[in-house]
Amino acid sequence: MSKHRINWYKYAAPANFYPLAGKMIPVFAIPAAILFVAGLYVGFFVAPTDAVQGESYRILFIHVPAAWMGMFLYVLMAVYAGIGWAFNARLASMMATAIATTGAIFTFISLVTGSLWGRPAWGVWWVWDARLTSTLILLFLYIGFISLQSSIDDWRRADRAGAVLALVGVVNVPIIYFSVQWWNSLHQGATITKSSFKMAPSMAAAMLILLGACWLYSIAVVLVRVRYIIREREQEAPWLAEATA
Amino acid sequence: MFGWLVWRDLILAWRRRADVLATLFFFIIVVSLFPLGIGPERETLRTIAPGVVWVAALLASMLSLGRIFGNDYQDGTLEQLLLTPQPAYLVVLAKVLAHWIVAELPLVVIAPVLGLQFGLSQNGLAIVVVSLLLGTPVLSVIGSVGAALTLGLRAANVLVALLVLPLYIPVLIFGSGAVQASVTGSSPQAWLLLLGATLIVSLVFAPWATSAALRISVE
Repeated sequence: MSKHRINWYKYAAPANFYPLAGKMIPVFAIPAAILFVAGLYVGFFVAPTDAVQGESYRILFIHVPAAWMGMFLYVLMAVYAGIGWAFNARLASMMATAIATTGAIFTFISLVTGSLWGRPAWGVWWVWDARLTSTLILLFLYIGFISLQSSIDDWRRADRAGAVLALVGVVNVPIIYFSVQWWNSLHQGATITKSSFKMAPSMAAAMLILLGACWLYSIAVVLVRVRYIIREREQEAPWLAEATA
Repeated sequence: MFGWLVWRDLILAWRRRADVLATLFFFIIVVSLFPLGIGPERETLRTIAPGVVWVAALLASMLSLGRIFGNDYQDGTLEQLLLTPQPAYLVVLAKVLAHWIVAELPLVVIAPVLGLQFGLSQNGLAIVVVSLLLGTPVLSVIGSVGAALTLGLRAANVLVALLVLPLYIPVLIFGSGAVQASVTGSSPQAWLLLLGATLIVSLVFAPWATSAALRISVE
């Protein structure tokens, strides 16, 4: 590594990134699969049954990583979109577009698993709890970003418009989060807290392993998707014909 | 220039009074539908009044967002405005101000009358007006970002709703929170202060985002 420095700018060009991404996909996808299996094993067979919630708490092992990924990917998407917009780096904009779908899927998963968990734990499918509500709004923000980009035909404009929206959204996320929290404390109808829930080390381990798996999975899937986006946008480019020949 | 632009937009709106009235009547009809759907019990109506008035205001102000830049975009005026030496920030602010006067101010004026339908007290009505006065400019200025982003797109009206409504949520919470507080007898001051803070922050930052979006859309 120290002998020849990698020229990072080289990989900002889709023509150079495309083959690199192709090589990197298995590097992330295979460990992701291994970690998923390991995490699920620890989660289902090693982690003890919870004293309060019984077996149903185990959905947390997918719910919590999905929720974290949903939030984190939104920020990451905005960062990429902002870089793409500010420096006119089209690859960064493509990354943002690729991340949006994965982030939306994770947010959706966390909502569905949260609802499935809510049924046994709280007795209802849905609670207007601050965290659930703000996750729902996060999903709306993702949907707005995706539908804005998909209704613009000129992808240069789609990239920039998406960047503005993503950055406005990122500024708004904390405001929305706190407003929802205050709103929730005003209404105090169904305040159900997740306290009285302490984590055994094996539970934490399962969750962290699955978080790692979700991370690697996201990277792999985003790389796959960004390759498709490159192919779609660079149809005319001669290098693509060579690369796919 | 600023004043001229506001004045011009007001004149244009005056020549198309029907559009303005349509938004206003939309607001009135939506608010009046709720008692029909929920039932005439006075106590229930009083508890839902803050939310109903505010949600209707959100929807009504969204209806007219397309008009902020739409016509100027189509006849090319917008491009000329952006080419003037004046900062785009001021152009946006002027158009947003005109939109607020045309589309939102009538809602603020009519809201107390609708509040009477819901049996709000005098104090509650006053808070409805104050919260709308503080909150509706935020709706206009945040909405202008969505309007600028969707200029000239297919199904722009539906898209604007998808983009803008999630961003309106804090305003909805603070605004209806203030009215709710006054209905239940506690002090709405905290909510109004939050609403004011949102107004200041969005007035400073949102026109900047809107002018960036305009440049992208006009390009």
